[in-house]
Amino acid sequence: MSIVTPLKTAAEQALSAQFSAAKAELPGALPVRKLREDAFAGFEAKGLPHRRLESWRYTDLRGLLREAKPLADKASVTPAVTACLAELAFEGVRLVLIDGAFSADLSTLDAVPPGVTIQPLSEALVSTREDLIRILAGPGIAQIDTGLMLNTALMRDGVFIEIAEGTELAQPIAIVSLASGEDERAIFHRSVVVAGKGVKATIVEIGEGVGPHASQVNGAIVFETGDESDVQHLRIVSRAVPETVQVQTLMATVGANAKFESFALVCEAATLRQQYFVEYAGEHSEIGLRGVNLLGGQEHSDVTLVMDHAVPHGVSREMFKNIIGGEATGVFQGKVIVRKYAQKTDGGMKSNTLLLNDGATMFNKPELEIFADDVVCGHGATVAQMDGEQLFYLMARGLPRPQAEALVLQAFAGEAVEFVQDESLRGMVMGRIESWLAKRDGSSLASTV
Amino acid sequence: MLEIRNLVVKIADEDKQILNGLSLTVNDGEVAAIMGPNGSGKSTLSYVIAGKEDYEVLDGEILLDGQNVLEMEADARAAAGIFLAFQYPLEIPGVATMTFLKAAMNAQRRARGEAELLTPDFIKAVNGAADRLGIAKDMLRRPLNVGFSGGEKKRMEILQMALLQPSMCILDETDSGLDIDALRIVADGVNALRDPKRGFLVITHYQRLLDHIVPDTVHVMSKGRIVKSGGKELALELEKNGYAGYADAA
Ligand SMILES: Nc1ncnc2c1ncn2[C@@H]1O[C@H](COP(=O)(O)OP(=O)(O)O)[C@@H](O)[C@H]1O
Ligand SMILES: [Mg+2]
Repeated sequence: MSIVTPLKTAAEQALSAQFSAAKAELPGALPVRKLREDAFAGFEAKGLPHRRLESWRYTDLRGLLREAKPLADKASVTPAVTACLAELAFEGVRLVLIDGAFSADLSTLDAVPPGVTIQPLSEALVSTREDLIRILAGPGIAQIDTGLMLNTALMRDGVFIEIAEGTELAQPIAIVSLASGEDERAIFHRSVVVAGKGVKATIVEIGEGVGPHASQVNGAIVFETGDESDVQHLRIVSRAVPETVQVQTLMATVGANAKFESFALVCEAATLRQQYFVEYAGEHSEIGLRGVNLLGGQEHSDVTLVMDHAVPHGVSREMFKNIIGGEATGVFQGKVIVRKYAQKTDGGMKSNTLLLNDGATMFNKPELEIFADDVVCGHGATVAQMDGEQLFYLMARGLPRPQAEALVLQAFAGEAVEFVQDESLRGMVMGRIESWLAKRDGSSLASTV
Repeated sequence: MLEIRNLVVKIADEDKQILNGLSLTVNDGEVAAIMGPNGSGKSTLSYVIAGKEDYEVLDGEILLDGQNVLEMEADARAAAGIFLAFQYPLEIPGVATMTFLKAAMNAQRRARGEAELLTPDFIKAVNGAADRLGIAKDMLRRPLNVGFSGGEKKRMEILQMALLQPSMCILDETDSGLDIDALRIVADGVNALRDPKRGFLVITHYQRLLDHIVPDTVHVMSKGRIVKSGGKELALELEKNGYAGYADAA
């Protein structure tokens, strides 16, 4: 006799118990409570994502979460957290989440410029604004994801940023999210960025962890951007405590004649799944999703994206550069959907990987689902080793091997970093890449002229 | 001084022997030319001297000023004074030419225990050398060799040679891909570096280059060995009679 209903894992059972116990005190007015209940029911029906699900094929969350850690319900501002924050000072607005909870004290709310409204998510969830549920839900293509359902059910806090029509921000707004590692915690946070018509803004997300304990992190960010807006997003996920398991979801709905660019740098991020669900809500918009994954040791980084061309004349570009050493694993799954009426879509997707040694692995799965007939769409995935001829050329000019390798790797990653528009942020990203490369081989890089 | 004694080399992962007991000496201040038909092993020789890893040295030795270089990695050989102007210079996308030049100059200085160059001195040195070689400033702003024509790449090699001031310069078919004007500029660049303390090994298929860089000695290479050595008149003889007479000499 075969068992039809799969047995629930210990983690799944614990999550059910946690949700039952916490749902009364999790923030939210009635519609939000219903949203949570529905999301959790959806999660319970399917369980934690596992490798037999096509979209989670290479990141078996069910296997990875042997236990569900206790829900984080307070922020631990330890000396290590304070020290880490000191390193992450930003000129403009810095919004701080500790263990998923927004901290007004640690944030620089007095720097918030005119045209920008910032609210803790926990407050937004109890507000009566009627578009709240729609905004929180994000694009249709995101609705089937069980990782996201868990976030919806259990999200406790985050920031809700609203940028009024026509506002052009001179400085980025940074969301710094730290896991304190004070004890074992599961952190569920979500942030929202609603950018009105014609807004120009840069949103930075930095996610790090301090020890001693590893956390489970399930974060999400939702963008809803208006017509003619230009929103840049930079995410850096780094310095995770080893054993940290993290899912980060980005959802974006982009208006007409708009630009949306997201760039993610991943380094020292333990086990990380980034997923993107992006849709065009208007014509003639350009969307770019790019990133650099620097992996070593036992690290695992999964980038899974769905780009939904639901309207004509959309331009999309994806470019992910992976440098993988040690016994680390990289994953890229990119799906570009071009709906029947989305004529004149122009899509291009690239995943380029350099494997530094034999134990490193990369899985690529690009997919195009094209239902329109007048489109230009392409994808390319390469996996290679560093070019020995190039290295010899550089060494023959006197560069020691580690420095020659670092130059080639830096150039490889730089092709994607170029798309970070803000010069100082671009410098910050390159700086992080350089120090990762230097750590890798103990050399210092050539300073640029 | 470069001394090569009885060098026997095969391709590392193939049973293919390319250099078959090659011996050659280039003295300080000497310009030695190697001429030979395609496939005789000229580029292989230059790579083995510079330290490329794809080869296995089965026998023989290479000494630079009495020091065995076969034990050294390519970067250490460069710091010791060996410079190879590549037959096919590599394109390195994303690496700015100026970044590369500075990194190379400083790496060699560090290896020799010298202080790093100050940026203004570096820029002055590059601009001066670029002017003499007719290299446009915008080429220096591009990624290294990317999109350069064959001739531009060769000039860039000579620019690097001029900046790095090696003691032993190996030029592998630097004339190929150059028109007559470019050839003259490149040859002038090389001649300007001639010095009693510097040796040159000029590898070429054609005698044409040797009208501009006049050698002290000429060596004929065939099937991985030097089969005849002489003065500059040997090049003219080869030009007239071709390599046919040497094919079986090896
Ligand atoms: N990496 C390699 N693998 C296999 N064969 C090689 C390799 N390098 C050189 N050869 C062979 O060795 C011989 C000598 O080549 P090369 O040194 O380039 O000659 P030349 O420069 O005189 O034209 C040729 O037959 C060439 O095909
Ligand atoms: Mg050759």
